[in-house]
Amino acid sequence: MTRHAGAAIDASRKLRFTFDGRAYEGVAGDTLASALLANGVRIVGRSFKYHRPRGLWGAWVDKPNAIMEVSLKGSELPNCLATTTTLEDGMEARAVNAWPNARRDIKGGLDLFSRFLTAGFYYKTFIWPDWHLFEPSIRKMAGLGSVSLEHLDDYITDQSHDQCDLLVIGGGPAGLAAARESAEAGRDVVLVDDQELIGGSAYQAPDIEEQYPEDWVTSQRAAIETAGGRILSRTTAYGVYDHQLVALIETRAFGQTPRLTRMRARHALLATGAIDRPVTLPGNDTPGVMSLTAAREYFHRYGVLAGGCAALISNQTDAQTALAPLQAAGLEIQALDPADPDLKIAGARQTTGVTLRDRHIPADLVLTSAGRTPMVHLWRHAGGKLTWSDPLQAFLPDNQLGWMQAIGAANGTFDTDTTLAEARARATGATPPADQPEPIQPLWPRPGAKGRQWIDFQHDVTLKDVELAARENYASVEHLKRYTTLGMASDQGKTSNMAGLAAMATLQGKEIPQVGTTTFRPPFVPVPLAAWAGQHQRQLYHPVKRLALEPQHRDAQAALCEYGGWLRPGWYGAGEADTRIAHEARTARATAGLLDGSPLGKIEVMGPDATAFVNFMFYNTMATLKPGQIRYGFLLTEGGIVYDDGVVSCLGENHFLISCSSSHVDGVRGMLETWRQDGNDPDQIFVHDLTMHWATLTVTGPQARDIVETLGLEADLSSDALPHMRFATSTWNETPMRIARVSFSGDLSFELSLRSSMAPALWDHLMGETKKIGGTLLGIEAMSVLRAEKGYIMVGKDTDGETMPHDLGFTIPRAKKTAPFVGDRSLHTETANDPHRKQLVGLTVPDGAPPLATGAHVVSDAPRRSLGYVTSSYLSPNLDRPVALGLVENGAARLGEEVTIWHDETLSKATITAPCAFDPEGDRLHA
Amino acid sequence: MQRFPCPFCGLRDEREFHFVGELGKTRPDTSGPVSDEDWAHYLHMHRNEKGCVREVWMHTTCAELFAMERDSVTMEVLGTTQLRKDAS
Ligand SMILES: [Zn+2]
Repeated sequence: MTRHAGAAIDASRKLRFTFDGRAYEGVAGDTLASALLANGVRIVGRSFKYHRPRGLWGAWVDKPNAIMEVSLKGSELPNCLATTTTLEDGMEARAVNAWPNARRDIKGGLDLFSRFLTAGFYYKTFIWPDWHLFEPSIRKMAGLGSVSLEHLDDYITDQSHDQCDLLVIGGGPAGLAAARESAEAGRDVVLVDDQELIGGSAYQAPDIEEQYPEDWVTSQRAAIETAGGRILSRTTAYGVYDHQLVALIETRAFGQTPRLTRMRARHALLATGAIDRPVTLPGNDTPGVMSLTAAREYFHRYGVLAGGCAALISNQTDAQTALAPLQAAGLEIQALDPADPDLKIAGARQTTGVTLRDRHIPADLVLTSAGRTPMVHLWRHAGGKLTWSDPLQAFLPDNQLGWMQAIGAANGTFDTDTTLAEARARATGATPPADQPEPIQPLWPRPGAKGRQWIDFQHDVTLKDVELAARENYASVEHLKRYTTLGMASDQGKTSNMAGLAAMATLQGKEIPQVGTTTFRPPFVPVPLAAWAGQHQRQLYHPVKRLALEPQHRDAQAALCEYGGWLRPGWYGAGEADTRIAHEARTARATAGLLDGSPLGKIEVMGPDATAFVNFMFYNTMATLKPGQIRYGFLLTEGGIVYDDGVVSCLGENHFLISCSSSHVDGVRGMLETWRQDGNDPDQIFVHDLTMHWATLTVTGPQARDIVETLGLEADLSSDALPHMRFATSTWNETPMRIARVSFSGDLSFELSLRSSMAPALWDHLMGETKKIGGTLLGIEAMSVLRAEKGYIMVGKDTDGETMPHDLGFTIPRAKKTAPFVGDRSLHTETANDPHRKQLVGLTVPDGAPPLATGAHVVSDAPRRSLGYVTSSYLSPNLDRPVALGLVENGAARLGEEVTIWHDETLSKATITAPCAFDPEGDRLHA
Repeated sequence: MQRFPCPFCGLRDEREFHFVGELGKTRPDTSGPVSDEDWAHYLHMHRNEKGCVREVWMHTTCAELFAMERDSVTMEVLGTTQLRKDAS
């Protein structure tokens, strides 16, 4: 086929490509769609539900069907819209939703059963016994392309932030005129256009302001850039979000990742144009039926005549004038009365023309338009309201938003000269002259008519489906959409919504504006999820906090894993993890273990009101704490739920150190700051998070004291001078050091804290001494075993969103503390007093039984229901049997009771015990 | 995505902020008896108005609390002020 001149193409540069395995040739500047059309290919895809053949309706984003899986040089992308995919040499395209190809689709036979696949089909058919039985095979049938995981491996997008004074969305005549006017007035202007060749509909006009369209566009472009404006082509504004954020997506060469820009626009002009609406009549989905505008775009941009002999069915008064250049190029056109109720489109796989009663009008192309729909999506994203224009039979922006205004066809202004005047006025803040649009004859679906008339071309929603939905009272447009899937195609209703809601209006005897539109939501065009993810993936998804001693841990062959946001040693040494962990847990109890406890929270609270403040923040009484003393306690929410636990050290008068859980430091600090500033005098209390500044090394085990003594500190480490829950201060290598007798293992333990820069020297010393006596480095996993043996909880693991402190056995402050504290009143509600509350217990299994599964349920026998569940479970290397903790209804009163455990369809037995399974007298702790 | 002006740091992205609660809510004095109704009201009943709302927010990067007045329909920020009473 010979090519005519087209504004976007260079016909001398040939590009080879294949479609469904057949080889074709296109030219530079083509889209996949224009190249296929130039090659005479009429069937470019299949519809979603009935797999009916689909041709090209639109030339750009108003195309619900031509979705292809494209590969090129190792890149493979599903869901490429043929009309917006720029052709590149060597592309291999395949129609999705069609097997083996679009021309011959085996599932095409589905169409024969279409009367069983009506609106609400899924709801009505697959509800019994369980949707999940049907889901796998339906999903398999329903897919639109498949994702190549290999390709996604390095598919990482760039994201940037930008701002401008005026954002002009759309680079057609309206947008170009407005951008130039504004840029030349000195404003910071950005113009975005979604095509490679900007100009929008300009090329369809014979001339603009007495210039050829190409020349006019070029001169506007040059003027904008000379005045300092920026032009972003291949860039779609796909969504408007709060506070005037406009999201832009820039497509690049095939396989290259798109770029996302978050543009803050102080003002915006919407020049997004309008699209043709399909005419609803029998056979209107036959390949060869094309929108009026698309035929003009294919001709003027790509030099392709879509056919040789066209029937024209349109209510647009200027349709024939508009088609004059195509006629001059050889297209025969026969105009028909669009309102004739007996019009039918003939042909199955390709149109053969139009039948009108007993007359057949032969044609290989049927050009239709039932009027133009302004592209108001972004206007609605921004919260703008729509008004109904009776002359244009369309919804228009009311232009009352302030920061954003619509111009040109997006505003219902279709005449070029009027558009230019309007655009230039809006660009300078002036009010444009009132437009007197030429009215069109309404041309909407006629419910009750015979034959299958398509409304949604991808999801195969027909006029009869809309009628059925109305009969079954799915009359609201939002219900209509979900019940019939109308407008849920990948074009998101651009081509189908107006016909659908007009049909519903007629069925209900209402006017179109009374029925209203469905909600317009971003994105305007499909955007790859990777564009939103950007760099936020893998290591950068949630960057971990790093220890000062990470190099030392790596040297010691630590298995570094994430624990509560920190990268920490799980265990040390090569070999099987379970063996290593058991070895560490056993050795730490036999001699000693050395643990890097640096992530432990270290929040200082000081100031004249500090004592009262800390006492208020904690469940436990902290006001009586003397300098040098340490006390364990809970932080609650106002709802009385345990938020965190930790120890409080009194460093001096009105001076405290809160050691909260490693993973809760940010949360606890936020909580302290909130109460400090809202409810207290912030000048009398100061909160300072020193977690990152101080390293903490924990030496634990029966020989811990021997190891710490080798530091030669002046502090007396004896049990009398420094008993459990006391701390001493000292210096080591001229650096202040705090030595705290706190234990999470249940053995004699010393927590040594000093500034982070000194941590490597301290680590080296302690590691050397630990090794000397046959001790071990201790990872978090082994420490978790040790604390579980002792029945010490981890908040968030052994507690849940209902756990109150008295459920954990800490009952005294609830009964006795008189000073107010956070969550106090919530501990005395009906729920808090419920005798069936879940309480912390230990669980033991019969001799020889394996450890319980964490998460397994404790169940009653008849009727069977959950009484609680296992929160922690380990094989204890020190007791040589499984140990477990759990939350069980009224558990504290059921010690010794045998209970049934349900896990993974099997039942087993366990006995409820006290949480502490190791050294219940605490002799080792107080050593 | 919204932007809020922290009275201390200026206009910043919404991801840096944390909602604290409605402005002007008073905690019942729990040193004496508080009825179930009063406590439940304090914990759970929020005005949740349509239109102009006054709220307490935290700018998490500077940890300062401040009062913000905004429109819950249009999301427009009407103003922010320091929380402390002696703020000039
Ligand atoms: Zn701030």
